[in-house]
Formats: sequence, structure tokens, C-alpha cells
Amino acid sequence: MPALTNIAGFPILSLITWLPLVGALIIATMLRGDEETVATNARWAALWTSLLVLVLSLVLWVSFDQADPGFQFNESVIWMPEFKVGYKMGVDGISVLFVLLSTLLTPICILSAWDAIKVKVREFMMSFLILETMMVGMFCATDFVLFYMFFEGVLIPMYLIIGIWGGPRRVYAAVKFFLYTLAGSVLMLLALIAMWVQAGTTDIATLMQTAFSPHMQTWLFLAFFASFAVKVPMWPVHTWLPDAHVEAPTAGSVILAGVLLKMGAYGFLRFSVPMLPDASTYFAPFIFSLSVVAVIYTSLVALAQEDMKKLIAYSSVAHMGVVTIGIFTFNVQGISGALFQMLSHGIVASSLFLVVGVVYDRIHTREIARYGGLGDRMPGYALVFMLFMMASVGLPGTAGFIGEFLVIIGSLQVNFWLALLGGMGMILGAAYMLYLYRRIIFGRITHADLRGILDLSTREWVVFAPLIALTLWMGIYPSSFTSYFDATVGAMVQHHTAALAATTKLAGIVH
Amino acid sequence: MNWTLALPEIVLSVIGLAILIFGVLRKQDSTLACTMFTIGGFLIAGLLVLTRTYGYGFHGQFVKDAFSSFNQILILSGAAIATILALDWNKQEGIARFEFPVLMLFSTVGMMIMASAGSLMTLYLGLELQSLALYVLAGFARDNLRSSEAALKYFVLSGLASGLLLYGISLIYGFSGTMDLAALHDLLVQPSAASPGLVVGIVFVLVGLAFKVSAVPFHMWTPDVYEGAPTPVTVFFATAPKVAAMALLLRVMGTSFASLVGAWQVLVIIVSIASMVLGAFAAIGQTNIKRLMAYSSIGHMGYALIGLSVGNAAGVRGTLIYMVIYVFMTAGTFGCILAMRRKGRSVEQISDLAGLGTNDPALALALAVFMFSLAGIPLMSGFFAKLYIFLAAVQGGLWTLAIIGVLTSVVGAFYYIRIIKVMYFDAPAERFDPRPVPLSFVVAGTGLFTTFFFLFPAPVVSAAQAAAAVLFR
Repeated sequence: MPALTNIAGFPILSLITWLPLVGALIIATMLRGDEETVATNARWAALWTSLLVLVLSLVLWVSFDQADPGFQFNESVIWMPEFKVGYKMGVDGISVLFVLLSTLLTPICILSAWDAIKVKVREFMMSFLILETMMVGMFCATDFVLFYMFFEGVLIPMYLIIGIWGGPRRVYAAVKFFLYTLAGSVLMLLALIAMWVQAGTTDIATLMQTAFSPHMQTWLFLAFFASFAVKVPMWPVHTWLPDAHVEAPTAGSVILAGVLLKMGAYGFLRFSVPMLPDASTYFAPFIFSLSVVAVIYTSLVALAQEDMKKLIAYSSVAHMGVVTIGIFTFNVQGISGALFQMLSHGIVASSLFLVVGVVYDRIHTREIARYGGLGDRMPGYALVFMLFMMASVGLPGTAGFIGEFLVIIGSLQVNFWLALLGGMGMILGAAYMLYLYRRIIFGRITHADLRGILDLSTREWVVFAPLIALTLWMGIYPSSFTSYFDATVGAMVQHHTAALAATTKLAGIVH
Repeated sequence: MNWTLALPEIVLSVIGLAILIFGVLRKQDSTLACTMFTIGGFLIAGLLVLTRTYGYGFHGQFVKDAFSSFNQILILSGAAIATILALDWNKQEGIARFEFPVLMLFSTVGMMIMASAGSLMTLYLGLELQSLALYVLAGFARDNLRSSEAALKYFVLSGLASGLLLYGISLIYGFSGTMDLAALHDLLVQPSAASPGLVVGIVFVLVGLAFKVSAVPFHMWTPDVYEGAPTPVTVFFATAPKVAAMALLLRVMGTSFASLVGAWQVLVIIVSIASMVLGAFAAIGQTNIKRLMAYSSIGHMGYALIGLSVGNAAGVRGTLIYMVIYVFMTAGTFGCILAMRRKGRSVEQISDLAGLGTNDPALALALAVFMFSLAGIPLMSGFFAKLYIFLAAVQGGLWTLAIIGVLTSVVGAFYYIRIIKVMYFDAPAERFDPRPVPLSFVVAGTGLFTTFFFLFPAPVVSAAQAAAAVLFR
């Protein structure tokens, strides 16, 4: 029987999840007329659908009970009774903001692709709406099988978005993206099944309370790691990301950086840390090492890039390295910092890809050397670019600062060197971002085609306005965001400590 | 002598004979009428199966239970789809004759007998009835060299496999004194009854049946026959006989030799792993889509066999669900392949699909759904097929199989998404000819099943559960 324990009083999470799919079906079946009309109508239909979803998701934002660490807005319907698998949805402090991030970025992407996508507009808009369903569903699912379905389902629309509307090497990038992430996920499928067999249920809340033996945890952790590390992506399995970013259309890069990269870190937070406390602690130094390498190595690689998108892609790997450090500190500051960094990176990196998209739409190249002196011709653009560049570097007062700062505090409690090396990311970040900004905005215009370049259009301002507002809001008053996950993170850290204590006690009895 | 149990088979045979007489006596071309009658016969047989009159008939030679009904419904669905698809194609290729649906019908009768075999003798009779019709069907385009070659190849190799099977049966009979499946089960409950000769017999039976499901290393005929046979016959080959042979395999191993799991389990595991690996890797280099589907079906049989190697009711349930999903997604894929015609001639190269996403978005969407499903990507039914199978494997502690299974599925995904790549990312080639209406219906129906299976898995799962409960008691 459908069970709703829900403040909203109606299945709001299902609505947010499936409404985009309905929109996609409407676009697929209802639009008639010549190609131009269909394209225009598809754009508007997709925009209105995604805006409606955004408004609905704001209900979550308003009525979410910040004091409750557990899942809220729960829905539960029997789905596969023979296997005790249900269609279960719910959000807690960790996932609620990611739902909002997804629903916010989707209309922004649709707007940004308004003129940039010229072929197969209908299919593009459909893919994006289907992608939104998968992303939101993944963050809302509180059943493991359901989660896995959405987690892998994301691959289908993203594969098509990169492969159909991407750049010259799009086929290579799309196939690489698909196979890399699939190879990771299938191992998670086995871990899922193993936990299912062991615990007899796939309910995530129950699995969090189930104690798996330390030996089993090790294997489960490795399987999860294979899946999530590819998604994050962690060094050395990050190589699909620069290819995917460079070849994807702007909107694809935005959603890739904004939401898809968060799926891996979200997986670590949702599964690895709470369900496998012993293995997580055991493997933490390993994760720290990989993360530190990611931070330093990819930052240096970013410094040497000639392609704007590739540079930002590598910077994403570095920023996500900070996130994984934060998660595995297992203290409130570290995990909160990681969550905040994920959100701020979701906004800032997406915005930077949009910033690149603006000039790419005009000049059709992403080569840094082809630009220079844009500050003269595009003052508004230079301002926007600077804001996001500073946020990416982690300037106090912007979103980027809070997350990195919290993670550094959290990691200081673990190890001084970890904090120092992890913090190197901020310094190196400043180096490659300022260098990028200098080469593009400052100097004199040397290329003739840049002389006639136009500043941001109204549509582009509309796209950037909410992102600018959020970046500043998150930087100046972070509490309005941290308050959402404080309770959940607190409970998670407590649970982790308790679980470790239990194992140690058990070991003490055995010896 | 409870002959009413065999009513579906008897009715279908009588209808077949009637159609044959009708076809011979009628002066004009009667292909359309005969096809319609055949489909009507399948429908009637299906309804009769659904009456669920269960029990043993003909002194235990014949058995009707939830397991046989489940498989018979599936066999009839596969056969009906292939018959519908054949109608327009045969006309276009100039091989439309009324014998075609009749042969399909008799082959289907054979398969239904296979599904409800209660003794090794019934099993063999059903198998031979099925195979004889299939030999003729494979060579139905008799002016086509490849079709004749396929028929001959299938005839020779299948004959060999039948011989092995028969040899195995005779060994089993010789060492146990009975051919009745239930009696064999009761006999083998005592471990002392399992003499080495009997085990050798079981191995021969296993080999014979592995040939029929085209599992490695008895798969050699599959790519050639799939490629050479007229495509509607390939649809048939890929669906109904696979179900029937798998049903036999499950029935024989799960009823009679259930207590000897230890003796044959390792064999099934090896066959399963080899099929998955070969199916995944050998398909990569293919350029002909029918050959690709042949290797794909070899791989899928490997996955389905995981359920058998688990050796319990949960495993059988996994296999049965897998077969249902497999039949519909494969039939749908072949429906799309049948639509690949240019200027009145069928084309079979993967590169011919280039730009289908632009030329025919509906067909491309359907084929994309089938490919994602065959690759086992979630939301599509193929994912659930693999999920249930791997669940059974992990429950049974067969980690090696599960790990190899998921890894080969990634390799498999490579060539499935390559087809999507060709359809959507490559520059458009020439358009295909307009699709016949029945084909569009079949593709749409199987496509909807494949896409929306995830919404209502319960009916299929509970039916499979009931069917599996009959075995491994």
C-alpha cells in the first residue's frame, strides 16, 4: 500500500522526479509542424517543465525539517514483493540540497542551450529532461535497487548528449564515458546484491543500521570504491572526465560538472561511510593519498592546459579531491565542508563552463591563445568571469571559500600534512585560474575577430543572475545552507564513532 | 491415460493438419490465410495452456505443471511473433508459401512437447519434431546459397547433437533401468544409485541440450545459421527453440538429476562462463548484424545458464525470468533488423544503420531501447533479467560466475552501444523502405514491454516463481 509520511501531504518527490519524464513524453508525442516550429516549441516546453519542477522543489526547501536527521517526505510503494524491494523515496539533509541543485541547473542548461543547439532540438530537450528525472530520482531514492537504476540510468541520456551534440571527438569521449562508468557501476551491483542477500532488504535506512562483518566490509568497500571513484572522479581513474567535458556541448558540461560529478561523492556519503564504517576507516589513508595526488597533480596539469574547458575539467578533479578528503575525515567539519564544497563546486564549476560557453558560441574555439583583451569589449562578461574565477579559487565571501576552509579544519584534526597538502589546492587553484583569466580578459586584442565581439545578452544575464546570487549568498551567509545538513551529518558522525567503538569492543572480547 | 492433458498439443497438431489440407486444396495463393490460421492456432493453444489443467498423463510420459505452462506460453509468443514478422518479409523476398507457417506450427508443437516431457523418450520425440521442421525452415529460401548452406550445416551438426543426446539417454536407461524423469529422481535420492555410467550419460545429455541452446563450446553452428537462414527464421531460431531447450535442460537437471548437482554443476558453470566470455568478445569484430545477434544470443544463454548452475529453485526462477525478457527484446531487435530494407532488398551490415536516428527516429528509438536492454542498462528490462540472475548466483555463493558475468556485460555493452553510435552519431545513409504495419506493431509492442517492464515486474516474477517451485523439490 502507498505509505506517505510526509509534510507536503502529496508524493512530492515522485512528482519532482517523474514530471520531467512526462515533459519529455509530451515533447516526443505532441509537437507537430515544421522543424523550426517544433524546435521552438520543444525549447519552451522543456523550459516550462523544468521551471515547474524547480518551483515544486522549492516546496522541499521551505518545508524541510532541519532538525530531523532522518529521511523526510517518505514515500513507499510495494514494487517487487518477492524480493522485498520497494519503490521508496525520501530526502535527508545530505540529499535535499542536491535535489535542488539538479532542479536549478536543468532550466539553466536549457536556457544556455537555447541558441547553441541547432540540430535535433527536440531530442536534445528530451534527453535533458530524462536526465533530470534520473538525477533527481537518484538523490531521492531510499531503496538501493531504485538508487542503482537511476544511478546507471543517467548514462543513457548523457551518452547521447555527448555523442550527438558534442565536438569533433565526441564519439570517442561518449564511448569512453559510458564504458568507464559502467565498468565501475557493475561491481557496485554485486556489492548491492551481496548486501541484499546478507541483510534481506534493500532499504537504505535499514542497511545503514545493519552491521556487516569487517571482512565483508572490505570487499564491499572496494566494489563501491570502483564505482564511486570513477564517478567522482578520483585520480587515476579521472581520465574520462577531461575528454567528456571537452567534447560535450556547454549544457552537457554544466550538468556533468554540476551534478554528475557529485554522484560519486554522494555515493561515498550515502553508502560507504555509514554502512561500512570499519572498512572506511581502514581505507581512509588510501583515499587521502589518492585525493592529495589528485589535488596537486591535476592542479599542475590544469596549469599547462591550452583548452579552457579542459583546464576547468582538471580543476574539477582537484576540487573533488578536496571533497573526498573531507568525507573521509569522519568529523563534522570535514563532512560538512565536503558537502558544502560539492554544492559550491556544483554552482561555480557549472558557471565557469557557462562562461566558456559564452565565448565559444561567439568565436567557436576554446583555445586560450585565441583570446585576450576581452575586458575591453566585454566588461560585463569580465565581471561575471572574475566573480566565478574568484569563487573557484576560494576567495572569502564566495561559495568556494567555506567548503575548502571547513575541509582543511576537518583534516587538521586527522593529520597536519594532510591538511597542508590538501590546502595546496587553493594556492595552485589561484595560480591556474588567475593565469587563465589574465590570458583571456587582460592584455590587448590581437585577433581581429575579437574586435566585434558582443557583451552578454539578456538571456545570458538571466542565466547567470541566479548563479551569481547563489555564489555570493553561499559565501556570505553559509548557514542558510549548512543548517540543512547539520543534523544529518551530526548523526552520521555519531553513528560512525559508535560503530567503530562496537567493533573495537568486539575485537577486545575476541582477543 | 489422461489424454486431455495434452489438449493444447493435440489441438494445435490438428489445426496444423487442417491448414495443410486447406493450403493444398485451395487453388489461389493461400499464404495469408494459412498464416492467419496458424496465429489463430497459437492463440487457441495458448488459451488452452492457460486453463491450467495440471497432472501426469500417458503413464507419466507427459507432464503438465506450472513450469510447462510458463514455457509453453513463452514458446507460443515467440513463435507467433516470428510468424507475423515472416508474412511480409517472405512476400518481399519471393519465398511466400503456405508451408512456411505450417512448418512453424509443427516445430512449435515439438517445442511444447519438449516443455512438458515427463520422460527421456518424450523429450527426444519433441526435440526431433522440432528439429525436423527447423531444418526445412532454415533452408526455406532454397534458391539462396547461404540459406541452403545454413540448413545443411544445421542439419548435420544438430543430427550429431541428437545422436549424442540419444546415446546419453541410452546410457542413463541402461544404468538405471528407467527413462521416467520422476522415477529417475526417486532412484537417485540414494547416492549409491549414481553409477559412473549414469554420470557419463548425464554428461552426454547435457552436451546434446547445450548444443540446442547454442552454449559454448557447442555454439559453432549459431553464427552461420543465424546469418544464412531467412531473417524471420532467425527470429524463430533465436526465441522459441532456445526457450524449449532451456526448459528441457532445467527440467531434466532440476527434476531427475537434482540430487547429483555436485556432479554436473561444475560443467554448467564452465559452459556458462565460456558462453558469456565468447559472446562478449567474439561479437566485437562483427560487421553483420545477424551474426552479431548470434554471438549476443550465445552470451545471453551464458547468463541464463547461471541460474541453472546455482542448482536451486531461486536459480531456475532467475533463468525463467531471463528467458521471458530475452525473448521479447531479441524478437524486437530482429523486428528492427527485418525493417532494414533498401530498394526492395534486405541489408544486414551494421553500417547500413548509419543515421537511422535522423531518417527514422521511431525505429532508431526502438532499436536503441533494445540495445540498452541487451546491454543490461537499468530501466530497460534487460537489467532486471541480469539482476535476478546475479541475485541467485550470489545467494548460491557462485561469486566467480557473478563477477565474470558483470565484467563480460561491460564488454558486451561496448558493441551494443556501438550500434547506437552508428544510428545516432554517424552521418545518415540512405533511407530504408517503408516498414510493413505488422512489423511496426511487433516492434512497438516488444519495445513497450522492454521499456516498462520495470513498472510491473510482479506478474512475470510470480509466474516464474510458481514455475520454478516445481523443480528442485
